[in-house]
Parts: sequence; C-alpha cells; structure tokens
Amino acid sequence: MKQYMMLAILLVAFLGVTIWMTSLGSVGIFKVTPAMKIVSATVRHLQIVAVAELLAIIVGIPIGFLSTRRAFRFVSPVLIGVANVGQTVPTLAFIGITAALLGMGYTAAVIALFVYATLPIVRNTYAGIRSVDPAVKEAAQGMGMSKWEVTSRIELPLARPIIIAGIRTSTVVNVGTAAVAGMIGAGGLGAIIMTGLAVRVMPIVIQGAAPTAALAIALDALLGGAEEWMTPRGLKVMKQAQWQQQ
Amino acid sequence: MIKLEHVGKTYTDGTEAVKDLTMEIKQGEFCVFLGPSGCGKTTSMKMINCLIPLTTGKIYVDGVDAVKLDQNKLRRGIGYAIQNIGLFPHRTVAENITTVPTLLKWPKQKKRKRAEELLNLVGMDSKTFIDRYPSELSGGQQQRIGVARCLGADPPILLMDEPFGAIDPITRSKLQDEFLKIQAKIKKTIAFVTHDINEAIKMGDTIALMRQGELVQYADPATLLGSPKNEFVRNFIGADRVLKGLRLLKAKDVMQEPPLTVKVGENPMQVKARMESEHLRWSMLTEDGGHFLGWITSDDLHESKSIRDVITPPTVTASPDTPLNEALSMMLNSAIGTLAILDDDNRMIGVLSFQIIRDVLGEQATNDQPEPCKEDE
Repeated sequence: MKQYMMLAILLVAFLGVTIWMTSLGSVGIFKVTPAMKIVSATVRHLQIVAVAELLAIIVGIPIGFLSTRRAFRFVSPVLIGVANVGQTVPTLAFIGITAALLGMGYTAAVIALFVYATLPIVRNTYAGIRSVDPAVKEAAQGMGMSKWEVTSRIELPLARPIIIAGIRTSTVVNVGTAAVAGMIGAGGLGAIIMTGLAVRVMPIVIQGAAPTAALAIALDALLGGAEEWMTPRGLKVMKQAQWQQQ
Repeated sequence: MIKLEHVGKTYTDGTEAVKDLTMEIKQGEFCVFLGPSGCGKTTSMKMINCLIPLTTGKIYVDGVDAVKLDQNKLRRGIGYAIQNIGLFPHRTVAENITTVPTLLKWPKQKKRKRAEELLNLVGMDSKTFIDRYPSELSGGQQQRIGVARCLGADPPILLMDEPFGAIDPITRSKLQDEFLKIQAKIKKTIAFVTHDINEAIKMGDTIALMRQGELVQYADPATLLGSPKNEFVRNFIGADRVLKGLRLLKAKDVMQEPPLTVKVGENPMQVKARMESEHLRWSMLTEDGGHFLGWITSDDLHESKSIRDVITPPTVTASPDTPLNEALSMMLNSAIGTLAILDDDNRMIGVLSFQIIRDVLGEQATNDQPEPCKEDE
C-alpha cells in the first residue's frame, strides 16, 4: 500500500510540474512547448521504447534460452560476457556510437535501443533457466516428459519471474535511453529537453524531463504488476517461506 | 520383469562406468543395487529407462528391448524417484503426484481421486495436503510425495535412486518401514539404488553388489551375509555381518512360549513355589484374555501383597514383526533380559531371550565357512 502511495505522489508531482510549466505560456522571448506537442512527443517516445522493447523480447528470450542448451553451450560464455559488458557501456556513448555507424534519425535510435534492451533480457533468461534445480529437470525427464514438455511445463514457468524482471529492467532503462536518443534526431521527449537546453530555458527542459520520469515510473509499476501476476503461486509461497526462515 | 544382458556403458572420455552386466530382476522383486560411490549402480539403474543410453548389450523390460520403445512412453510406464526428490515447486502436491497421469491425459476427476488415494497410501492426510505446495512441506513429507509421485499412474516397475537418502535417520527408518508395508501390498518390480548396506539388507529381496562397474555378487541378503563371495564383499558388508544377519529374522520366527504365565488372581505364595521349583527368575503376569501387564520376580512375591502390587511394568515390548537386531537392542536397553512379544491387541504371544538370540547366531556362524585362524595353529 505504502509503495503505491509513493508512486501516486511521484506521478502527480511530475505531471503537475509539467502542467505548471506548460501554463506559463512564455518565458522571456521564448514560448514554452504547447500541450499538444508534449502529448505527441510522449506518444512518439512510447513508440520508440515499445518497438525496441518488442524486438528485444522476440530476440532476447530465444538467445538467452538457447545459450542454456548443451548444443550452444560453447557460445554461451561469450554471449553472456557480451551481455554483461555491454550493459556497462554508458547509454550516451552507446547512442553516439550507433549514430556514428548508422547515421541520425528514428531507425538508428530504435536499433540502438533494441540492442541495449536485449542485453538484460538475454542475461536474465539465461540466469532464470539455469536456476532451475537439475533434480527437478531430471525427475521430469525420468517420468517421461519430452524435451518440449520439460521446457514448457517446468523450465519456462520456473524461470518466468526472472525473465520478466529482465524485461522490466530493460524497459525502464530504455525510457531514459530514448530521451538521450532525442539527441540524434529520433524525436520524443528527448527532443524537448534538447531544445530547452539549447536555449537555456529551464521550464522547457522540465517539460521534457518530468514526463520522461513519469513514464519510467508508470511502466515500472505496470511491469512490476505483470511480474507479480505471472509468478506461479507455488513460487510465491516458497519465497514467503524462505523469508520467514530468515 | 527386467533383464540386462551383457550391458556396458563407456563414456566418451573412455571411462567404463558399467562392464558386461548380466542380471535379471523378477516380477514383483525388490532388487537393491549396492556398492561404493562410482561403482556404476546409478548408471545401471538409469539405463533401464534409457536416461543414460547404453553402449553395448541389451535391456529387456517385460520382454521387450527397451531401446526399441519410444523413450517417453517407456518412462511413463516406469515409476521414477530420486534422492533430491525434484518436486516441481510451482505445482501443488496433487499436480506433482499426478504428473504422469497428466502426461497420459487422464480425466480430471480420476486424477484427483488418484492423488487422494496415493496420499493416504503414503500416510498423509489428503484433505490437509492435497492443495499445498512442496515448499510448505517438511523434508520427510516431501520424500513421501516423491514416492507417491513415482506411483502416480500405477506403473508395474519402479526405479528408485536413494529415495530415502536426504533425510534424518529416524524419519528414514520410518519411511523404509512404511514403504516395505506398501510394497507388500502393491508388489512392484523395483530397482533400488543405495550405498547403505543396512538399507539394502532391510529392503531388498535380492542385492546386486557392484564394484568398479562390475557385478560382484547377486544374491539374497542371507546368502550375501552368510557366504560372501570374496574379500571385497566381506569388507563391504563389514565385520559385524553376523549381527547384521539378525535383521533378516523377525521375532515371530524364533520366539518361544513364555516359561510361566501368572493370572492376576493367583496366590502369591503358590506362584513363588512354582517359580522356585522351576528355577525361574522371572514370570509374566497376564490378565484374563491374555493382556500382558508386567514381570514378576520371586523375590518380590510376598504373602501380604497381591500379585498386582509387585509387578515390574514392561519398559519395552516388541511386535511379532520386529526384526531381531532391533529386538536385541531393546533387550540390551531393558532391565530384564527378556522381551515380551505382543500382538496388536496387546496379547502376549511369546518371549525372546538372550539365549534364543545366541542360538540363532550360533546357527548362522556354523553356516558360515570356517576361516583359517593363525593363532589357533
């Protein structure tokens, strides 16, 4: 309950600040961003994040899963290494490098975000599948489950919370990275922040920054709910029992 | 029925886990694969349901070459329980137990009924436990569910890899007893892996003792203890093998009639005279109907006291099915060197004494091959 209160307060605060800044009309000789433009920038922002995230899920989960299979085990240290190291590259540097390679614009931004979002998903899928107790898998196989049944009935349900946690992390990070992508001409809320910084008018900067923060918080809460909802009940019971033992 | 013919397993790195293993497990037989770790016992067991593919030889399950069967179908027809249990943490107890029935697409009602049945069979209250999750159970309860799960679709054959390995000794012995009772009812063909000689003697109809991938001796427990084939077997079963042999006999096999039973209303002095004439230190007091009350010594008998006042109540009693090794330790723990054997209704049906056990041990020792002893020469 407390965390939802905090969430609501933060959201209201960020939205309130945005509305306040928009209501100023103009600061000195500069006009602030009109409300409609903020809405369309938010939609654009969401679009970049959603497309990149969807691609990352479609590509990331199979890669993470396959790296746990015996046939692909020779590449998994490399893949997981790349996933870990890749995340340490600062987002700004990452966007810059992509722009240098692929040019400016929406497509380059989506590709950069997609690659960056894939890393935590690959890593978490790999960790989630690997965390399944080998005895559980052996029992499943010994009782006559086919490889597909072991995966779909045992491995994926048990790894699901960890995989979704990876998607959640990558989405939240992506909302921020998409703002940086405004620098390479992808549009979105980042573009408003850039404009504000260029003319040194702080209310315009806030008009871009506050909705970005609100978006990240809202998506985090949404995916947190999804994580809770998609965690098998038996695992929740198990975690609770472990908590009580501590 | 399971038949292994010249079965061998060589891993890709060249280690020979199992060498030329030929043996047969008959219908309804409880066969224990015994041996030190790395002897190939688990590998042998896992080759039966093709979890480990064999390199050479043939395995026949009910007369059919196991390799030629569809692997998943074969495994669904063979119960499988392992030491680490491997219960599915995201499935309820009922769902865990009916794993194989689910794979076989049984209707829902039938599965529920089967889960209740099996919970009762393994001694757990079905109403309380059926919808719980594995993490809500104790270690012993999880083992029970593991056993129930391997019986899920009532397979004729069970493979069990140290199913009672990971629990405390008291619970383990209780589960062993209960499982023996279950097995007496369901009569499955069982391949059971353990490294514990005592468990093997207690559970097995036959014991396959293995060493470095080879079958050293395949015999029933009495033969294994009585005439070990070579030095390795002798060492493995230990110097106390004669004592271990006691486990194979039950109280009812060797117990004797009580020397003197006394009823509550009898005259103390008459009883005393009878005991003295028969040179008895102890006699037993029973009620009408044969219920056992306690022990009487002739020294305690006195004219002024009724028999009821001078009895020594029994500290321990045994049932007809108590193995002799347990009976012996009960006797060592009690003040009286004699143990009363009572049936389920508390009626006395016989006694065990040190003398009886000494006679049994003597008999076993003479069956044993005499060993040359240098000190005697």
